[in-house]
Amino acid sequence: MIRAFAALAGWLTLVSASAPAPVATELIAGDTLPRTLSEFHFFTDGIGQTPNERVTHYTLNTPLFSDYAIKNRFVYVPEGQTATYNADGVFEFPVGSALIKSFGYPADFRDADSPVRWLETRVLLRRADGWVALPYVWNEDGSDAVLRRAGRRIPVSWIDAQGAQQAIDYRVPNQNQCKTCHSNNDEIALIGPNARNLNDGQRLAQWVDWSILDRAPAGAPRVPVWNDESDGTLDQRARAYLDINCAHCHSRSGSASNSGLFLGYNEVDQVARGILKRPVAAGRGSGGRDYDIEPGHPERSIFVFRMRSQDPGIAMPELGRGMLHEEGIALIERYIAAMDEPG
Amino acid sequence: MKYIAAAAMLLASTSAFAAVHTVETGPDAQERLQEALIIAEPGDTVEIGAGRFELTDGLSLDVANVTVRGAGPDSSILDFSNQVGSGEGLLVTSDDVVLRDFAVENTRGDGIKSKEADRIVYHNIRVEWTRGPHPDNGAYGIYPVESTHVLVDGTTVTGSSDAGIYVGQSDQIVVRNNIVSYNVAGIEIENSMHADVYNNIATNNTGGVLVFDLPNLPQVGGHSTRIFHNLITDNNTANFAHEGNIVASVPAGMGIMVMANRNVHVFENVIGDHGTGNVLIVSYTETFDDENYNPYPREVLLERNAHGRAGYAPDIPGGEALAAALGGSLPPILWDGTGEIVLSNDEASVVSLGLTQAGQPLTDAQPRPVSLATDDVPETPAAVVLPETMEAALR
Repeated sequence: MIRAFAALAGWLTLVSASAPAPVATELIAGDTLPRTLSEFHFFTDGIGQTPNERVTHYTLNTPLFSDYAIKNRFVYVPEGQTATYNADGVFEFPVGSALIKSFGYPADFRDADSPVRWLETRVLLRRADGWVALPYVWNEDGSDAVLRRAGRRIPVSWIDAQGAQQAIDYRVPNQNQCKTCHSNNDEIALIGPNARNLNDGQRLAQWVDWSILDRAPAGAPRVPVWNDESDGTLDQRARAYLDINCAHCHSRSGSASNSGLFLGYNEVDQVARGILKRPVAAGRGSGGRDYDIEPGHPERSIFVFRMRSQDPGIAMPELGRGMLHEEGIALIERYIAAMDEPG
Repeated sequence: MKYIAAAAMLLASTSAFAAVHTVETGPDAQERLQEALIIAEPGDTVEIGAGRFELTDGLSLDVANVTVRGAGPDSSILDFSNQVGSGEGLLVTSDDVVLRDFAVENTRGDGIKSKEADRIVYHNIRVEWTRGPHPDNGAYGIYPVESTHVLVDGTTVTGSSDAGIYVGQSDQIVVRNNIVSYNVAGIEIENSMHADVYNNIATNNTGGVLVFDLPNLPQVGGHSTRIFHNLITDNNTANFAHEGNIVASVPAGMGIMVMANRNVHVFENVIGDHGTGNVLIVSYTETFDDENYNPYPREVLLERNAHGRAGYAPDIPGGEALAAALGGSLPPILWDGTGEIVLSNDEASVVSLGLTQAGQPLTDAQPRPVSLATDDVPETPAAVVLPETMEAALR
């Protein structure tokens, strides 16, 4: 009898180990600011980031550059619900959904098996009155990530893809800075998860199969992979790059609405796209150049000057970039050089 | 004592639960200050202690109806000399915020920016680049943009590489009792409606007070500005703005410049000691592609201004030759000749360049003395009246 009881207890332990607590939907939808990331149960093994039930890993065709950090992105939609497809903007997610994104650096970018040091995990929580953005910073021992609403700087170093040693004070954004980028008409909005950037030919249909998304039309739009020359024209790839790196602020309803510079993928107004557009409030960000883009002349275009700067009074994007994105700069230089000179 | 002050503030506040979050200098000041700005609830006060706060990243406030108060513009100093991130020192993106009694020094970009922050009050603030004029100083000292009801009162701004106090794409604006010096532009009202600029001292800038409108912005068509009771003297600092910016085109030695704006009344100011001119009224000269934009000055009136010496060192192309032709110096008031209803009843002479079109080359100029006097004085724009809560915040 005792033996049977012990066996039952052992079986229970086994079952509970193999069936971890589900994602805490009520915490996502609630009105508290959980102190630790583990409270959400997004991952079954903490910093290992093995996704829990209904937590799905995804990638974007063209991602935001974040000082060469690698990113792990996950989406969570509560059981029995789906996000609503939208051809133009980001998808509409039901209350209780979450987007989870971790940032880290491999010790050596040349080695695919190199251990990754995860620094932070940012979450966007869909609540009844909108999205809430919170930054969680991983403990030294990786046991949990703790809410840091005021942000933080973390010294980090790695060996880059060319074998050079790199080191920066990585910036974890504060809660307001989260909103600076994730702002649309003064409400927190998503940036990446729209049809054109998620659509890799299969993912949208998969998301429907997995009941994350309500539908996936055959003709869903798609932006190319910015650094894959076989995947789109130079113009398309440059616009995809500017879309994800700039248009979250540089849109008519974003944080840089006052600039008149709008870089959404489908923006058609040439002046709004920066072509022969004079700066407004750039200050020394103009670099003594007359136009955001002077066709044919990247060396005379403010775009390149500001992408090439690490000075916080000049650098664009303003947040989340302490390093130069050499490959991105090269793409935009080619894009501008290929434009016909005016007149 | 602090306890009593906090209790008094608590009583004065509209919310029974208003709290005071006091942040003193010391380790982790960056995080503690930012944390206070995040956890503050509407009605709360964030109190910045006396001393120097060495900051490396920009601060931001996104909670409505919060007062950020220091111990005085020479006591509570937010020092951004070692800033490595963010485009400004302090960014405000919420409504009904009061900023008062502290200083912001040596930001890499703008000093204090408020965007879509209605009813913002800046009072007794100092923004300064302590090395003086330098092209690598930040652009704007105090920078409210896209806001309705803006009050900038009793501030001191020194060393901006663009404009000391810049109000852009806003409506219902009061800029008064400020001292702006050694900036490229002292005060600039741009693409904005209904602005009162008065009781300010603008001296040793490149240009004292500018009222501009620029194309290709979400809000164009600036109008209805009153500039009065200001002391605008000796703005002769060489232009140190970076090329490409509109203020880089401001000639040194300029008191007031009105460009492509409508219904601008300039009266009862003291304006003098300007090498180029006391007042310059012009159209926007660059090419543009914006059907909503009017590049001409319209309905501009000067009245009862006291003019001091001007035009003795003109910083405009062909200026010296023109001065020689006019007897050694330019008149105090310069007009490019374009636009409609440009009037002056000032006791000061006017030269027109005789241009008729915006963007016309200066080689077309046919300068001649003109009289812009009128008996048919147009109605002055109505005084800007701010909500009483904003005025009360100064007390």
